[in-house]
Amino acid sequence: MDWAYLFEISLTGLASGGLYALAALAFVMVYKATRVVNIAIGEMLMVGAYLFFTFSATFAFPLWIAIPAAVLGTGLLGAVIERTMIRPLLGEPPISVFMVTVGLASVLVGLVEMIWTADQRRLPEFMPNTPVMVGEAFLAPKVFYGALIAVVLIAAVLLVFRFWRGGVALRATAADPAAAYSMGINVPRVFSLAWVVSAMIAAVSGIIVGSIGGISSSMGVFGLSVLVVVIVGGLDSVLGALVGGLFIGLVEAMASTYLGGEYKLLATFIVLVLVLMIRPYGLFGTHEIERL
Amino acid sequence: MRIGTLKESYIADAALFDSRTQKVWLAMGAALLLLFPFMASDYWLYLACLVSINVASASGLNILTGYTGLVSLGQAAFMGLGAYTVAVLEIRVGSPFLLNLLAGGFVAMLGGLIVGIPSLRVKGLYLAIATIAASFIAHFLFANTAFTGGTGGLTVPPAQLFGTLLDTSFRLYWVIVPATVLMLLGASNLFRTRVGRAFIAIRDRDISAEVLGIPLLRYKLLSFGLSSFYAGVAGGLWAYFFRVVTPESFPLSMSIFFLAAIIVGGMGTILGPILGAVFMTMVPELLKLAVDLLPGGSELTVFLSPVRTVLFGLLIIGFLVFEPHGLAEVWRRIRRFFHLWPFRN
Repeated sequence: MDWAYLFEISLTGLASGGLYALAALAFVMVYKATRVVNIAIGEMLMVGAYLFFTFSATFAFPLWIAIPAAVLGTGLLGAVIERTMIRPLLGEPPISVFMVTVGLASVLVGLVEMIWTADQRRLPEFMPNTPVMVGEAFLAPKVFYGALIAVVLIAAVLLVFRFWRGGVALRATAADPAAAYSMGINVPRVFSLAWVVSAMIAAVSGIIVGSIGGISSSMGVFGLSVLVVVIVGGLDSVLGALVGGLFIGLVEAMASTYLGGEYKLLATFIVLVLVLMIRPYGLFGTHEIERL
Repeated sequence: MRIGTLKESYIADAALFDSRTQKVWLAMGAALLLLFPFMASDYWLYLACLVSINVASASGLNILTGYTGLVSLGQAAFMGLGAYTVAVLEIRVGSPFLLNLLAGGFVAMLGGLIVGIPSLRVKGLYLAIATIAASFIAHFLFANTAFTGGTGGLTVPPAQLFGTLLDTSFRLYWVIVPATVLMLLGASNLFRTRVGRAFIAIRDRDISAEVLGIPLLRYKLLSFGLSSFYAGVAGGLWAYFFRVVTPESFPLSMSIFFLAAIIVGGMGTILGPILGAVFMTMVPELLKLAVDLLPGGSELTVFLSPVRTVLFGLLIIGFLVFEPHGLAEVWRRIRRFFHLWPFRN
């Protein structure tokens, strides 16, 4: 056992886990507020990355315009999705809404292939290139700075939702929509807000993920790992998303180093099955008691 | 309300086909199925076989999702289990065709029972995601075990039945379509029995069903088993039809296709998966034909695959938003319109 090597692998795993945590945060935000399992989260990530690609590479905008433009564009997409597909299905069984997001994923993949073709692209470099050393361990600069951005953004989002009026409204809606409504909170607007914010977070994590591994129309597979993260952490728990993200990042890094790349997804899904068997509502999720 | 259907006994009331109109229509449908292979070209026969396999698998999923209320995204993996069983038996053992099909069904059933075990503790979307996990694990097993031929897969020799080599779509049609019809009959009969009614009770409210004395685990597992048996047989037919089985043949998107088919067709009806599977299989083909007819079609073929992906998603969303009960409901509305037509509508 090479401890230094193990340490390096763990660090890389935790860093990519930070990205999972960020995307999982986007997922949990929608789930908490609207009880919608958004399986298209990976595809929304992809749209954010492609918008950034268009603004920075095709239109050659500077970075400080390209990133906000991509984020806002994806946020707009989130609003459109909520308005046209999710709102009409309010009160329908959760399975229907889930299937709508499955359809949405397919639509987004098709649109991306139509506009940008299915070829793999590279995002322009914007992160520093010097290798990062943590003690003895080497960390790829993109992974490190990506994780750094993720951590800062997660902290910012958590603070905003702790103290901002809209954030409080969102948490109130998540706790009890009917009570929130009767206290004068505009619940439909909160639903929109949740989707917009979630899409924007997804866009940022899409830009980071894309600049690490390139972008392609099959980028949505990242969403599958995110799905595992939120199930492991508990669908409605922000803390669960963060811990689950780091944990899955670690598991994937270990599995792909010590067992081989093809074991990466397998390990993730075996973790998922084990968690479902032992704690069906996730590590930190609310255990809902069913009544007749 | 239908008129002219006076029932004098309970048996008549519970009969599967109860009115003369229905019997006439069914007879006409059967005649069409019999005549079709003699009229159609090879391409349409190929499509008919494909549609038939999809109908079989979709109606299996309908037992699980439409009638028992357990959402599964593992139908393609169960088809894969069936297909691999058939392929391995055909190549290594050389056992007869019909036996292979049944074995494929039973192996898939076993897989379904294993995947179904968590269904007592987790339900709804958690279960759907657990079945995604199962399908990834199945894919891994197909690609990494010795006797499944690895990532290259297996090549299946043509099936043989009563000394006839089933190597063309025309010959396979006479096996695939009857098998599907049999399975559909089985499914429609299932919901006239105690077991089928128990499934429906579980779908409507599983806790109430348990209070009423339906053992949940047993019936949920049974539903999983039956649905995967259908998938396994469909997968076996698939293996004989395409004659190549690889791990990539049964991706997650195929499971999504079956779920989409029963949503578009109408969940919880026998007609639904038939209409849905026919519709969802034919739309991409019709799209291809339409593109061929358009002027400058050759340049447009680049867009064919993405347009198909978009259309697939839009169909799912559109049906869920505008027609949640699917094509079966549309069909019912049409029937009701013509019921007393032209005297009243």
